[in-house]
Amino acid sequence: MAEERRPKQCTVVLPTESMKAMAESIGVGQLQEESCAALSEEVSYRIKEIAQDALKFMHHGKRRKLTTSDIDHALKLKNVEPLYGFQSQEFIPFRFASGGGRELHFYEEKEVDLSDIINTPLPRVPLDVSLKAHWLSIEGVQPAIPENPPPAPKEQQKAESTEPLKVVKPGQEEEGSIQKGQGAISAEAKGKKEGLMRMKPRSTHELSVEQQLYYKEITEACVGSCEAKRAEALQSIATDPGLYQMLPRFSTFISEGVRVNVVQNNLALLIYLMRMVKALMDNPTLYLEKYLHELIPAVVTCIVSKQLCLRPDVDNHWALRDFAARLMAQSCKTFSTTTNNIQSRITKTFTKSWLDEKTQWTTRYGCIAGLSELGPDVIKTLILPRLTVEGARIKAVSEGPVVSNIDKIGADHVQSLLLPRPTLTVSQSGIGGSGGSRSPSIIKVPSSLTLMSTRPGTPTQPSPPATKYIVMATSAGASSTQQVLDGSLVITLSSSSGSSVTSTVASATSTLQPLVKLESRAASGLGGSRPLQKYIVVSLPTSASSSLESKSGMLPPSSSSTSPISLEAGMKMDHTGCVPNGTLLPI
Amino acid sequence: MAAVQDGQLNLEVEKDIKTEITNDGSGNINANSSSPGSTSSGGKSKSPAGSGEDQQTLLAVLQFLKRNKLTESVDILRREAGLSADADDSPVSESAGAGSGGVPSVGADGGDANSLLSRVSIATPVAPPDCGLDSHGGLATPIYFHSSNNCACTVVAASGGEDQPDVNVVLSAYSQQGDPVLYPLYYNGLKKFIESVLDCHRAELSQVFYPLFVHMYLELVYNNHENEAKQFFEKFSGDQECYYEEDLRILSSMSKKEHMKGNETMLDFRTSKFVLRISRDSYQLLKRHLQERQNNQIWNIIQEHLYIDIFDGMPRSKSQIDAMSGSLAGEGKRDANKAKVFYGLLKEPEIEVPLDDEDEEAENEEGKPKKKKPKKDSMGSKSKKQDPNAPQQTRIPLPELKDSDKLDKIMNMKEATKKIRLGPDNLPSICFYSFLNAYQGLTAVDFTDDSSLIAGGFADSTVRVWSVTPKKLRRVKSAADLSNIDKESDDVLERIMDEKTASESKILYGHSGPVYGISFSPDRNYLLSSSEDGTVRLWSLQTFTCLVGYKGHNYPVWDTQFSPYGYYFISGGHDRVARLWATDHYQPLRMFAGHLADITCTLFHPNSNYVATGSADRTIRLWDVLTGNCVRILTGHKGPIHSLAFSPNGKFMASGATDGRVLLWDAFDDVELDDFTAATGHIHLPENSQELLLGTYMTKSTPVIHLHFTRRNLLLAAGAYNP
Repeated sequence: MAEERRPKQCTVVLPTESMKAMAESIGVGQLQEESCAALSEEVSYRIKEIAQDALKFMHHGKRRKLTTSDIDHALKLKNVEPLYGFQSQEFIPFRFASGGGRELHFYEEKEVDLSDIINTPLPRVPLDVSLKAHWLSIEGVQPAIPENPPPAPKEQQKAESTEPLKVVKPGQEEEGSIQKGQGAISAEAKGKKEGLMRMKPRSTHELSVEQQLYYKEITEACVGSCEAKRAEALQSIATDPGLYQMLPRFSTFISEGVRVNVVQNNLALLIYLMRMVKALMDNPTLYLEKYLHELIPAVVTCIVSKQLCLRPDVDNHWALRDFAARLMAQSCKTFSTTTNNIQSRITKTFTKSWLDEKTQWTTRYGCIAGLSELGPDVIKTLILPRLTVEGARIKAVSEGPVVSNIDKIGADHVQSLLLPRPTLTVSQSGIGGSGGSRSPSIIKVPSSLTLMSTRPGTPTQPSPPATKYIVMATSAGASSTQQVLDGSLVITLSSSSGSSVTSTVASATSTLQPLVKLESRAASGLGGSRPLQKYIVVSLPTSASSSLESKSGMLPPSSSSTSPISLEAGMKMDHTGCVPNGTLLPI
Repeated sequence: MAAVQDGQLNLEVEKDIKTEITNDGSGNINANSSSPGSTSSGGKSKSPAGSGEDQQTLLAVLQFLKRNKLTESVDILRREAGLSADADDSPVSESAGAGSGGVPSVGADGGDANSLLSRVSIATPVAPPDCGLDSHGGLATPIYFHSSNNCACTVVAASGGEDQPDVNVVLSAYSQQGDPVLYPLYYNGLKKFIESVLDCHRAELSQVFYPLFVHMYLELVYNNHENEAKQFFEKFSGDQECYYEEDLRILSSMSKKEHMKGNETMLDFRTSKFVLRISRDSYQLLKRHLQERQNNQIWNIIQEHLYIDIFDGMPRSKSQIDAMSGSLAGEGKRDANKAKVFYGLLKEPEIEVPLDDEDEEAENEEGKPKKKKPKKDSMGSKSKKQDPNAPQQTRIPLPELKDSDKLDKIMNMKEATKKIRLGPDNLPSICFYSFLNAYQGLTAVDFTDDSSLIAGGFADSTVRVWSVTPKKLRRVKSAADLSNIDKESDDVLERIMDEKTASESKILYGHSGPVYGISFSPDRNYLLSSSEDGTVRLWSLQTFTCLVGYKGHNYPVWDTQFSPYGYYFISGGHDRVARLWATDHYQPLRMFAGHLADITCTLFHPNSNYVATGSADRTIRLWDVLTGNCVRILTGHKGPIHSLAFSPNGKFMASGATDGRVLLWDAFDDVELDDFTAATGHIHLPENSQELLLGTYMTKSTPVIHLHFTRRNLLLAAGAYNP
C-alpha cells in the first residue's frame, strides 16, 4: 500500500492551467508554458512544505482537523503574510465552476448588506468554557453514568455474538494467527488464559440496585395501563445507552410474556410486548443477536398463532400480525448472516405452514404477512406463484356455503392482504408519486386481476399510488360507485346502499357487511381548495357495536373541519408500525 | 535559528556558519555561567578553549571575509576571537594541515576558504554569498551568532567531538559527481550483496539502506538530475522501513536543487551523520565487498555521511535493531550514552514534623498518644540515607525552602501516608475533568501537585485557571488597599486577599497565539505558559497578572515545565533548542541544542539535575543541567514523541509517541557498557500486551489531554468534550 502511495506523492503537482489562471488573475496575460511548468512545480513544493508545517500545529493543537489558523501559523513560520479572510473553524466551502475549458475552485463571498447585519439581533453569545468532573472509573470499574460511554459498545457486542469462536474456543484459528511466532503449545495455553479472562466479563450481568429499580419500572410501565407511561418507557428503551446489562432480562421478559399471553389470548399485552421488541431493536447501542433465540420465537408466535385474542372475529389481531411481521422482517435484515440463516429459516417456516391445507386462516394470514414483508424477492418467488391457488381458496370460502364466520373474516383478510401488495409494487415503480396522473398499470398485474375476478361485483380500479390502501367491497351484490373526477380519483364504495362517502359508518352499521376498507379523496368539488384527504374506515359488523363506537371516535366526518392532516399522520403511523391506539386497542 | 529571522537568505548563511562552529566548538557551557547572552563574554570564553581546529576554522572564516572585502567584520571577528592580526596568514596552512584530521588538503590555504565558500554556496545556491551578506548591512550577524550560539552548540561538539568533523568533506558534500545513471545500479548491487550475505549479518547491513538511499537521492537532486532522482526514488523508496515514511514524503517532495535550500530535513541529513551500529564482522564484510567492486560512489557516501559505530561482538538481530532504530539520524552513538547519570533523588530536607494536630486529638481521645513519635522518626531516618545514585545536594543551586514550602512538604508527607498502593488487583479510581464548550480549542492542561488547581491553555491565546476545591481564587488587593492592612495581624495572609474577586476560575490574557504548554510552579504561586507567539510567560497566581514574558524562542514554543524545586524551568519548541531558564533571569541559563527537529515535550528529572526532551526527530535526549551536555540519546520510537514521564524515584522514564507505542526506559544506569547488544534500554509496551495492560477506560468523545496522579494515588484526567 505504501509503495503504491509514495510514487503518487512524488508526482502530484498543480496543473499548469492553474498557474495560468492565477497569473491572469493578477494581470499577467501571457505566461509561457515552460514558466508555467516551472512555477507549478515550485508552488506545489511550497504548498506541501506549508501543509507539513500546518500539520505540526494541528498536532500540537490536539486536533484531528486542519484549520485555517494552522495554515496561517505555518505561513508565519516561513515569514509569509498569513491569508486573510479565511477565518473559519469549520470547513470552507469552495465552489466549483467550469467554462471555456477551464475549471475553477473558488471561495464564494456573497455581498452582504451592512444594514441587514446591523438590524439583525445579535447572535447568542457562545457558552463559556466550563469544567465538569465525573468518575471515569472507580477502583477499576467504570460506573454506568451518562458521562461515560455505554459499557459495551455495539461493535463489541456484535463481535462477541457473531464471532464467539474467538472467545469460546481459544487456541484455534484467530488465536493462532495472532500469535504466529510462538510455539503452538504456549500459544494455546496463553490463548486459554486470555479466553478465560475475556469470558469473565461476558457472563456478569449483575444489575445494580438502580438498574433493578429501572427494570422494574420499565417493565411495569410497558405492560401497565397508563399509555403515557408506556410511551415514556418505550422511549427510554429505544434511546438509553446503558441497557446492555439488562438486555437478557428484557429478552426473557418478552419471551415469557408472549408465552403466557398467547395461551391466555391477551391481545393487548401481546401488542405491548411487541412494541417493546420494536423499541429494543430501535436502540442504537444494543445488539440483539445474542438474544434472538428468545425474541424470534416470540415474534413469530405473534405472527402465526392460531388465536391471539379472545374474540377472533371482533378484535383486530390482524394489525398485531402485521406489526410483528414487520419486526421479523427488520430483524432478518439486521441479523441474518450466512451462519445463522435466520431469513431462510423463517421463510421456510412460513411457507411450510402456508402450504399446509389444514392451516387456519389466521395462521395463513400471518404467514403471508410475514413473507410479504421480507422483500420483493420473496414475494416474487413464493407468493406470486401461489396466488391462483390462494385465490381459489378464498373464493371457495367466500362463495361457498358459510362454514364459519371466523373463516370468512380470515379469508377476507388474506385476500385484502394479497391484493394490495403487487399493486403497490407496480404502481410505485410506475408513477413517481405524483398525485395527479394515475396510470392504470395495476390492472396489468395478473395477480390483482385474478383476485379481482374472483369477485364479480368488485370494480377494477386503479389504486392511488402513494398509499397502500385499496378500496374494495367484499360482498357480492354490493353496489359500488366509482367516480372519476378530473383526474383525482375518488372511489366511493359502500356495501349496501350506495351511500355517499360521508355515511360509511352508518352504512357499515346498517348491514351485515363484515369489513370495509374505504379510502376517499375529497374531490375538488367537495373541498374546494382543501388538500387531498385520505380516510381509512374500518367498519365492523353490527354485533361489535361497542368496538365500533370506539372506532367511530377516530373517524372524523369528512364534512367537518377536523384537520385531515392529523388523520393522515395517523395513517402513516399505522403503517410504519407505531400503532395508534384507537385502531388497535380493543378496549 | 536563535536570531530574529529577518531574511531567508541571511538565515541560510547564518545557519551554516553556525553549523561549522558547532562542529568545532569545544567551549564549555560552564564558562558562560549565567550570562550567556552577552556577546563579549561568550566570544571570549571560546577563544581560550580554541584548539588547533578551532583556530583553523576561525582563520578560514577570516579569510573568507577578506576575500569578500568585508574588512570591518574581519576586525570584529578578530577582536572577538582574540586573534592577533598576523595570525591569520601564516598559520592557516599549518593548522589546516594538522587539524583537518587527515583530509587531503592540497594547498590548504586556498582549500579551506574554498571549502567554506562552497559550503556557503550550498546553502545559498542562487544568490552569491557576498550579496547575501551585504544585504544584511555588514557582518554583524555571523558574529552575533557565533557568540550567542556557542553555548548552545557545545553539546553537539561534545557528542560528535571524537569523530573528527571533516568539515571540508561535509561542505563539499554533494558537489562530486557520479554518473547519475549508475546510481540505481550501485544501489541494486549493494542490495543484492546484502541479500546474499549470511543471515546474521543481513539485518545489520540492511541498516545501511536507508541513509544510503537518502544521500544518493539528495546527491542526484543536488546535481540537477531531476528525472533520475525521481526514478531512483520510485524504484527504491518501497524498500525502506515503513517508519521512515514521513521522511520519505518530505524527500519525495524535494525534486529540485532549489528546494534543498531551507529545507530542514535536508539540512539535518547534510550536517549530521547518520549513526549506525554495526559489528566488526559485518563491517568488514561490507568494506571488502565495496572495495572489491571498486564501488567508490557508495563507499564515499558511507565515509562522508554515515557514522559507523563498530563494536566487537555478535551481530545484532533484526528485532534488536528494530527496537533501536527509527530516529531521524540513526541511533545514539555508544559513547554519547556513556556519561554517568545521577538518577537518584535528592535528600529530603529535614523538616521537623510538628505533631499532627488532628491525629493527636484523635489519639488523645483514644487515650494512646505515644505511638506516633517513633514512626515519624523512622520516616525521617529513611530519608536521611544518601542514595548512592543521587547527585550531590548542591550540584545545582536550588532555592531555599520557604516556610510555606515546608508546610506543603508536611502536608505532602501526611497525604503520602494515606496513599493507596496500586496494583493489578487494586486499580486506581479515575476522576475525569471535562472541559465543556471548548470548541476544539483546548491545547494544554496542567494540575497542581496537590490537585487543587487546574489550568488550561487554549487556542484562543487565553490561559484559564480553575479551582477544583471549594476554596475560590482570589486576587491580592491593590497596592492602595494593601497599605491599610495591619501587617502585624496573624491573618495577614488572609487579609491581603480581595474577597470581591473570588471566583472559581480566572482568565489570563497576554499571549498572542495558541497556548501549547502550561505548567504550575510547585508552590502554586506561579504558572508558566508557552505559546505559538514564541514567548514563555510567567503568571502570578496571587495577582493573576503576567509577571515576565521570556523571549528567546522566536518560533512556537511547544512545551514548558517547572523544575520540581521551582525557580528553574525548561522550554522547547520549533527552533529545536531547549532552553533552561530561571524565573529571575530574562535570558536563558542554558541552551540545549542537538535535536534535529522540533522539541515537542520537555520534562525535568525529579532531582532537577537533568532535563529530558522529546522531539519530532524521534529521539529523546537527556541533558545535564549543570554542564549542559547531552548525556543520553534514546532512540527507538518511530514517530514524533509527544509525552514524557519520569517515575517518582527517578529511575525510569516512559515516553509516548505518535507511533502508538509507549516505551519504558531504564537507561540511566550504566547498563550500556559494551554489551549493549543485549540491552536495548527500554521495554516495549505494545498496545495489546495483556500482562501489562491493566485496564482501558473509554471516554465519551473526549480526547484525554493530561493525566495526573494525586498524592493519594487517585488518577486525574482532563480533556475537552468534543460533541
